[in-house]
Amino acid sequence: MADISSSFLGIKSPNPFWLASAPPTDKKYNVLRAFEAGWGGVVWKTLGSQVKNVSSRYSAVDYNGSRVMGFNNIELISDRPLEINLKEIAECVKLFPDRAMIVSLMADNDRNSWHELIKKVEDTGAHGLELNFGCPHGMTERGMGATVGQDPEIACMVVEWVMEVAKIPVITKLTPNVHSVVPTGRSVVKAGTNGLSLINTIQSVTGIDLDTFVPNPNVGGKSVFGGYCGPAVKPIALKMLTTIAQDELTRTVPISGIGGISTWRDAVEFMLLGAGNVQVCTAAMKHGFRIIDDMIEGLNNWMDEKGFKKLDDFIGKSVPSITHWEDLDINYHIIAKINQDKCIHCGLCYIACEDTSHQSIRLDYGKPYNTYSVIDEECVGCNLCKLVCPVDDCITMEVHRKGDEYINWKEWQKRGLPLNDH
Amino acid sequence: MAITNNRLTKEQYEQNFSDIRPPFENKTAAVVEANRCLFCYDAPCTKSCPTSINIPKFIKQISTDNVKGSAHTIFISNIMGAGCSKVCPVEKLCEGACVYNLLEEEPIQIARLQQYSTMKALQENWQLFERKPANGKKVAIVGAGPAGLSCAHVLAREGVEATIYEKEEKGGGLMTYGIAAYKVTPQFCEDEVNYITSIGGIEIKYNQELGKNLSLSDLQQNYDAIYLGIGVGVARQLDIPGEDLLGVVDAIKFIYELRDKGYSAIPIGDKVAVIGMGMTAIDAATQAKRLGAKEVTMIYRRTQEEMPCTEYELNIAKLDGCEIIWLAAPKEVKGVNGKVTQLVCHVMKLGEPDISGRRSPVDTGETITLDVDMVIKAAGQVPFEDLVKGSSLDNKNGKIVIDNNSATNIQGVFAGGDAVNGGKEVVDAVQAGKDGAAAILRYLKLF
Ligand SMILES: Cc1cc2nc3c(=O)[nH]c(=O)nc-3n(C[C@H](O)[C@H](O)[C@H](O)COP(=O)(O)OP(=O)(O)OC[C@H]3O[C@@H](n4cnc5c(N)ncnc54)[C@H](O)[C@@H]3O)c2cc1C
Ligand SMILES: Cc1cc2nc3c(=O)[nH]c(=O)nc-3n(C[C@H](O)[C@H](O)[C@H](O)COP(=O)(O)O)c2cc1C
Ligand code: SF4
Ligand code: SF4
Repeated sequence: MADISSSFLGIKSPNPFWLASAPPTDKKYNVLRAFEAGWGGVVWKTLGSQVKNVSSRYSAVDYNGSRVMGFNNIELISDRPLEINLKEIAECVKLFPDRAMIVSLMADNDRNSWHELIKKVEDTGAHGLELNFGCPHGMTERGMGATVGQDPEIACMVVEWVMEVAKIPVITKLTPNVHSVVPTGRSVVKAGTNGLSLINTIQSVTGIDLDTFVPNPNVGGKSVFGGYCGPAVKPIALKMLTTIAQDELTRTVPISGIGGISTWRDAVEFMLLGAGNVQVCTAAMKHGFRIIDDMIEGLNNWMDEKGFKKLDDFIGKSVPSITHWEDLDINYHIIAKINQDKCIHCGLCYIACEDTSHQSIRLDYGKPYNTYSVIDEECVGCNLCKLVCPVDDCITMEVHRKGDEYINWKEWQKRGLPLNDH
Repeated sequence: MAITNNRLTKEQYEQNFSDIRPPFENKTAAVVEANRCLFCYDAPCTKSCPTSINIPKFIKQISTDNVKGSAHTIFISNIMGAGCSKVCPVEKLCEGACVYNLLEEEPIQIARLQQYSTMKALQENWQLFERKPANGKKVAIVGAGPAGLSCAHVLAREGVEATIYEKEEKGGGLMTYGIAAYKVTPQFCEDEVNYITSIGGIEIKYNQELGKNLSLSDLQQNYDAIYLGIGVGVARQLDIPGEDLLGVVDAIKFIYELRDKGYSAIPIGDKVAVIGMGMTAIDAATQAKRLGAKEVTMIYRRTQEEMPCTEYELNIAKLDGCEIIWLAAPKEVKGVNGKVTQLVCHVMKLGEPDISGRRSPVDTGETITLDVDMVIKAAGQVPFEDLVKGSSLDNKNGKIVIDNNSATNIQGVFAGGDAVNGGKEVVDAVQAGKDGAAAILRYLKLF
């Protein structure tokens, strides 16, 4: 069996799966249940000055009958008294000393407030701090959360205040509500943060009630932009993670990956793109803590299958394979192939290619089943047919190189090779 | 042994005749199923529906909660979409062709989804069609069965006045008087007829029988065109000794009474033999069992390979506890005091293929004898031969002959449905009605 234990900034946990700072981690009751279920660590719900929440708070995007593809919230930081939170954190640390306890913080925007808060938290015995520079609603209006994360200079200043007093490792959590996460990332690394985590939620409107005309979530007839998360944001999170994992400066610190992780497969993808560990929120909110079982077992089995002994054996492995467009090999060419034995004649490949791609699929009418086959000369190898086909491995993309030589766009132009062959 | 009615309690009857294809319990259940549909292109299911309902479209409309649109998509192709959703033998039609079958997965429950949208339309009386302004043309339709009603609806939509002459006192044809009681209720059949006629421009005149108080020439004088959707008549005679004994009954009549008078009024034997293996035979056997017969035995002269009913239908009969004797042909019904006591059958074996391609049964010379007190004849139906021949309509053994324009040999007289094909499904009759209406519209130069 592979060793899936994790050490992130020296903070140990039996597995790389932490619960992200959010409702699942906002009190002792939940956190103890999470630890009992097997979660490796938690980032306690963000602490700061006292706030008040509204109702309702969440909304979701469903897709083709699948609930909560995307999840949205307008909650603020912890609305429980600070003293109670601190007391419960200390109790949890004592009861589960082998699990990671990180505390998320968002103090008022002055040096003193940060210093005082950090000292109080460190007294609990917590193992690390996470700075919430990401919350996109409610706190921003008060100059906190994403307002800090969106401005590299302010972020730098706050991290400097924090580093003046912090004795335990500090992770800075980045907001995705920026054109690029790299400037803030660089700025906080320069200011001394020990690690980075990303992403927090993305500003969004999840939908509108077509009877009342009020967008979701509805708070007494009004709504506000909420923070979007869950499976729908994973591709965006992965992209942002990659930019941090590839930047010369930001890649020097450990990265905790967050955003739409629901399964061990999602987690492995984040780790392949450079995340040292991962954090989960929506998936737990949808299904409860029990999802951890398969995350642990799935990761283990996959590592055994691939021959990885420990997490470091594969963390960051895919980072180099994301390159620049102009470095891609233009001679690489693939052509779709339909396996007639597997085909169920649904015609989805045909109509997709015919209406929106390259008219590369031939249709021979039959009753009731038509036959579909690829016109090799027309196929540009875009993958569309394969993507829409409902049958696994029915359409495969076969390599038919246009030439033996690797040749990229820059070289292509230099040699004046022909364009627009389609 | 005896033939008696009122064998069961009210609750037992109700349970035995409860809906065999129940509706989805709620919207969520329907939407979950709708979302399974792949939304196929040039969908095999649509190509296998005789009325070519755009199935992927109507299913998609259920999943987007556009139920009105979904009902319209169904009704534009098949105005009896509600009834069809309850009675179509889908395993050999739409659902039988669903691509999920090729994945060895359960096909999409097309009929139940169709029922979901269409029943809502009936319940809420959604008016989904607008009639074109009246164009002054008048068409007479004979028979208020699926063919006649479907023809009338298309004509009404196009601004024609349609008058239907029906010999019974209720509309719906075999939907009302023939189909198994566990598929549709009398109330539903009535509602469906009312929903169809609610578009306006369709009048049904009941208790009007062509050949009795009505003649083709009367109609020809008063109408611009005529459509005959008269269906087929009683069950085929067996032409064997003993056929007139008390206890030998015609399946069509047996089911007609059952549908007309209610379960408890129908006398049924202890030991019943049903002759035939078509849909009607299955319906007669299963309903005999459900009325409380102790033993029901189905007799068929060929084997399962050649049977006209679907395997699904056969399984209903088997699950109801009906026995099946393959390769047996009735030879003689024996009786005591004028009442049935025994059925003697030839034991058959399969010979050479006949013109239909099916191997025809040949007599082995052996016989078997069953002790029975009731024999239900369901070996096919016979067309209204006298009526058809008497009206000088071109025909084949009483089945009206039409060209590919639904036209009979008589100018301005069109026909379709069971009267032409000799007896298929409701959905085929609905399509025939549409074809007939289209032909009439062309004939009247309205298209
Ligand atoms: C027992 C049985 C079970 C069946 N089960 C199914 C099933 O489960 N599913 C399915 O899809 N199909 C089933 N069918 C077949 C289906 O009922 C028919 O194919 C369909 O009803 C044919 O429609 P039609 O309009 O052509 O004829 P019909 O439904 O027979 O309608 C003809 C109409 O014309 C009237 N009529 C006849 N003669 C005259 C006249 N001289 N003057 C005025 N009116 C006249 C009749 O009273 C009737 O109302 C079954 C048939 C039978 C007999
Ligand atoms: C209801 C809710 C409340 C949240 N509160 C916080 C918070 O207090 N502090 C914080 O840093 N992130 C907060 N988040 C963001 C999550 O920690 C996480 O970054 C985000 O949800 C993406 O992960 P996911 O896709 O697994 O949910 C919250 C998310 C949700 C859904
Ligand atoms: S009408 Fe009958 S065959 Fe056609 S789609 Fe509906 S259930 Fe299937
Ligand atoms: S064949 Fe099946 S999956 Fe395809 S459109 Fe028809 S019902 Fe849907």
